[in-house]
Amino acid sequence: MANLLEVEELRKSYGSLVVTDSVSLSVGEGEALGVIGPNGAGKTTLFSLITGATRPDAGRVRLDGRDITGVGAAGRCIAGVCRSHQIPQPFEKLTVFENLLVGACFGRAMSEAEATDHCAGVLELTGLIAKANRPGGSLTLLDRKRLELARALATQPRLLLLDEIAGGLTEGECESLIGTIAAIRAGGTTIVWIEHIVHALLAVVGRLVVLNFGRKIAEGNAHAVMDLPEVREIYLGSPV
Amino acid sequence: MSTVSTHPSAQSSTARYLVRTRTRLSAVAGGAGLLAVLVLALLPLTASRGLLQDLFYLFTMLALAQCWNLLAGFAGLVSVGQQAYVGLGAYLLFALCLWVGLSPLLAIPLAGLLCAVIAVPSAFIVFRLRGPYFAIGTWVLAEVFRLLLAQLRSLGGGTGMSLPREVTNEAGFVAWTAELLHVRAPVARDIASYWLALGLAVLTILLIYRLLRSRPGLALAAIRDNQGAALSVGVDAFRIKLWVYLAVAFVTGMTGALVYLQKARISPDAAFSVLDWTANVLFIVVIGGIGTIEGPIVGVIIFYLLQSQLAGLGSWYLLLLGLIAIAVMRLFPAGLWGSLAGRFDLHLFPIRRQLVLRVGSLENGPATGPSSHKNPGGNDD
Repeated sequence: MANLLEVEELRKSYGSLVVTDSVSLSVGEGEALGVIGPNGAGKTTLFSLITGATRPDAGRVRLDGRDITGVGAAGRCIAGVCRSHQIPQPFEKLTVFENLLVGACFGRAMSEAEATDHCAGVLELTGLIAKANRPGGSLTLLDRKRLELARALATQPRLLLLDEIAGGLTEGECESLIGTIAAIRAGGTTIVWIEHIVHALLAVVGRLVVLNFGRKIAEGNAHAVMDLPEVREIYLGSPV
Repeated sequence: MSTVSTHPSAQSSTARYLVRTRTRLSAVAGGAGLLAVLVLALLPLTASRGLLQDLFYLFTMLALAQCWNLLAGFAGLVSVGQQAYVGLGAYLLFALCLWVGLSPLLAIPLAGLLCAVIAVPSAFIVFRLRGPYFAIGTWVLAEVFRLLLAQLRSLGGGTGMSLPREVTNEAGFVAWTAELLHVRAPVARDIASYWLALGLAVLTILLIYRLLRSRPGLALAAIRDNQGAALSVGVDAFRIKLWVYLAVAFVTGMTGALVYLQKARISPDAAFSVLDWTANVLFIVVIGGIGTIEGPIVGVIIFYLLQSQLAGLGSWYLLLLGLIAIAVMRLFPAGLWGSLAGRFDLHLFPIRRQLVLRVGSLENGPATGPSSHKNPGGNDD
């Protein structure tokens, strides 16, 4: 399977703090990859480097074989990379529907007429349709997270980056989220998902990458990776 | 089969939703606005010259205020150097009329266009600056233009110059107005300028409203709310801000040209006055309500009333204006209109796109069907 995303020796530091330390990884077309690691491991920074929100000090990012390291954030979205934010960033004064419309009109260059039903469909899929005309800023945290996913989907990404969207959900909500993400993947979208709720992650992804202190410390089949002693040590705090 | 043309979104499935921005209030406001413009257009038939001159000033200030509001309130570009384009537009009008011999009616839009052209390299400089540095940069740029034009002897240098009568009272459109209304040339000139200013203000408002309701307006609102998120969904913030800056330079330049056609006398200090063309405009937008189209309209009326009531107070007038601005900012941070609109959800120029379910598709509406899977297992048993 051809690689959709290739990240090569990415490096980013703030002052003396190295937050991304020569990380390389690749994601196949249509694959779902999970990214785990303790807080401060550099997971969100990795997403920012892939989406172009942050410039790397060194390294390359390739999408479908094309080097996009020099492309800005907006250009990368148009090329097919879109993320949800760990801390939701809604357009607060715009309605939920308009939030999605921005994504569809600019991320996927649709006309407003084309975008209307597309956005309504995404709102139905993500369970936000009843709140379509409410301002983004009036939503609860849970709905803001849904909006993050919905707005990213409105851009019809080839590569969807999900940053901890399952946190704080009830068991039932988590199940339905897993169903939604599995359906998105079944539709052909490639997914990279950062998540602390490991059982949700394992329900969707086949492969895991583990980050710690900005470095990739493990990679491979999801269940095999979870059984590695160094991963268990990170997750359970001390060796057992 | 192919002869039937359908709505684009109707091809895949039947379009179930439509978008509505108009409200009943906005339809009423639109009608009232049309009537008001009509009355104002006919006003020269009865009004005194003094009132027309006052309203000329009000309309030009309204055009400037709408421009600055678009720039600062929507695009987040807080410039305090818009006097650069008022002054440039004014000087370009003088140059085009005196050197090229153009009719003022042609010189005004051309002066605006040249302002937009000059705004390209200017943007290249000031767009590298952020926040307060951008504001300072725009002011410095305006000062540079003022100092440069003060060096230009053929346009009056530092002391300035006047427009000859051939350009003002004897221009074609002034003669036409004089003939139409059977008035003397100086009166005809005031009336013609009044109509031009009214037209400019109305066109500016309509253009800005149209812009805000279209795709660029959506992008501007997204950038205003959260620039990082806007970038992440594909909005090219730099490009859209640049276009706004250029468009605003165009209209501001035309306004400057029109103002100084009416004044018929120019000097660098007056044409590039930060007090006249930026501080007053800022006052109008801030007391009216930044980030709304109605705000500058309300603001300019209050500004006009204050000025006509308090003008006799000399420099106390400016002090009072400052105090009022501070009081409004403290008590109504969203401006007078902004506070009112927020409280009663009033939008005379609605921009918000309401998603509405098409009538007839209610049987498979949004409350049931596709979204029901999100229900967290409450009634699963």
